[in-house]
Amino acid sequence: MRTLYIAAIAVVLLALLVVPFVPQLVYSVFVMKMLCFVLFACAFNLLLGHTGILSFGHAAFFGTGAYVTGQLVKEYGVPTDLGILAGGLVAAALGTIIGALAIRRSGIYLAMITLALSQLVFFFFLQAPFTGAEDGLQRIPRGTFLGVIDLRSDTALYYVVLGIVAAGLWLVWRTVNSPFGNVLRAIREHEPRAISLGYPVARYKVLVFTISAGLAGIAGSLKAIVFQLAALYDVHWHTSGDVILMTLLGGMNTVFGPAVGAALVSALNHYLDPFGAWVTVITGVVFMTCVLAFRQGVVGQLNLWLRSRRTSMTSAKGQRRSHAHQQ
Amino acid sequence: MDIFGIPIQALLGQLMLGIVNGSFYAVLSLGLAIIFGVLKIVNFAHGAFFMLGAFTAFLLAQYMGANYWVTLFIAPLTVALFGMLFEFLFLRRLYGLDPIYGLLLTFSLVLVLEGGFRVAFGSSGQPFATPELLRGTINLGFMILPIYRGFVIAAALTLCLATWFIIERTSLGASLRAATERSELTQAFGINVPRLITLTYGVGVGLAAFAGVLAAPIFHVNPSMGSSLVIIIFAVVVIGGLGSIMGAIVTGLGLGVVEGFTRVFYSEFSSTIVFLVMVLVLLLRPAGLFGREES
Repeated sequence: MRTLYIAAIAVVLLALLVVPFVPQLVYSVFVMKMLCFVLFACAFNLLLGHTGILSFGHAAFFGTGAYVTGQLVKEYGVPTDLGILAGGLVAAALGTIIGALAIRRSGIYLAMITLALSQLVFFFFLQAPFTGAEDGLQRIPRGTFLGVIDLRSDTALYYVVLGIVAAGLWLVWRTVNSPFGNVLRAIREHEPRAISLGYPVARYKVLVFTISAGLAGIAGSLKAIVFQLAALYDVHWHTSGDVILMTLLGGMNTVFGPAVGAALVSALNHYLDPFGAWVTVITGVVFMTCVLAFRQGVVGQLNLWLRSRRTSMTSAKGQRRSHAHQQ
Repeated sequence: MDIFGIPIQALLGQLMLGIVNGSFYAVLSLGLAIIFGVLKIVNFAHGAFFMLGAFTAFLLAQYMGANYWVTLFIAPLTVALFGMLFEFLFLRRLYGLDPIYGLLLTFSLVLVLEGGFRVAFGSSGQPFATPELLRGTINLGFMILPIYRGFVIAAALTLCLATWFIIERTSLGASLRAATERSELTQAFGINVPRLITLTYGVGVGLAAFAGVLAAPIFHVNPSMGSSLVIIIFAVVVIGGLGSIMGAIVTGLGLGVVEGFTRVFYSEFSSTIVFLVMVLVLLLRPAGLFGREES
């Protein structure tokens, strides 16, 4: 199964690397948007899938990243790379505050609290003088990356986005597969036990909240640079809902399931766009079906299927061997 | 006469507006509290049912020529039946799972309902006439009260008190409370708990729809009228404490008033004051003003 995964990741990576060379097949700006959401969803899943915390306000971090980067790059002429970094850092700081407040309650209360706090952030960006309210922060220059790579070219930008998203995903993978990640899983499975083992659970939760928010902020920053726009929709609670949908659709108990989910939802939105308001209805129905019938998500189901096939194969082999033995 | 440099007329006007909004908050968060108490599901679709109530009233008036009083009765009933069907077909499958799934399922229902109405009616609002009988204003001497707003406050409060009375003081309410505490034992006493649960969901949804019909003449009837409201309702519920019925009513009304006053003194803050109060309450009393600490 491990080789299968490595093969799958290699194929996907290869496909992503050639995207700018096949413009007639797929639009690279669309793939960049998809990549932003891939990072966003994987960052979000650090909380939901790996720690068991449902944040219903992650758009606050995504949007904060977008606005901070947009404002810094546009008005203060900050280099794009530093702008993105700053977007991530401010979002992480916000994540520390919101996380520290929200983890005072758990479960469904926590979801409602994060939702309400993210609404506070939404109103801030609606009313703050620099954000352009309903129009959003427009015409953000793409600038240069590390002072040498000109990001006005879609191809150059594409590889930068791909690189940053890959680094972000690596960080998620590293976090999950570390002693820290093990503690997070322990908290998810049985919080009182984690506490009784002596882990400072609250501190762990705030820390994972911060990491998740920071990465979500970077995803938002990237999106602002790609589209040269930071808009209210980025902080709207609909976006928080979208990222939950992506995660659930891909499979929340996996590391890269949310990435698959994000790709699927972005594709759904992109290709169904001509149907206008129907898109909402269709995503709603997909979401409903997921919650009712496929709670494991696409990757989760695939895992289950592969595992059951493997066990049935090994047990069949074992049976054959025991037959041979009898004869 | 001025208070803190604000004409008393303006102050009272905003106060009244605050009470009207507070009445909506109270009715909606009451429904949410009842549903959570019995089903352990946070009904994210509460705002959508509010919208559905307003739209059903609008459609009844527009295409069937129904008068206001008929719609005030029929629209909540229709929406409640729809809610019960939803509970029976879908929500029922999620009991016993993490409440997160209930939240997500009702969230997806919001997408379907809002999207559907946007396809059918567009995003712009539909006007809804104030009923003949309740037009005009009365002069109370110290302020001028539009009759319809007065009616909204009265109707909402009556409804809240009636619901409180049924749950806390009747035998139906007693079996309902028993079902939330010890579901299996209640079943063993011959009470049909699943039906009780469906009925409860219907009542909660009906309350939301009723608020929607009340709101129709005040706001424009449009597909997203409930979605901004539902987040405020969530904050109200966190502040009040999710289990408590009295908490929902008192906090709803109180926050409406607080919001009204904020609009007078510092209007930029009026849309966020509820959330700020929530942060404050969370810091001081994590279980909410009327809530008990969860075990």
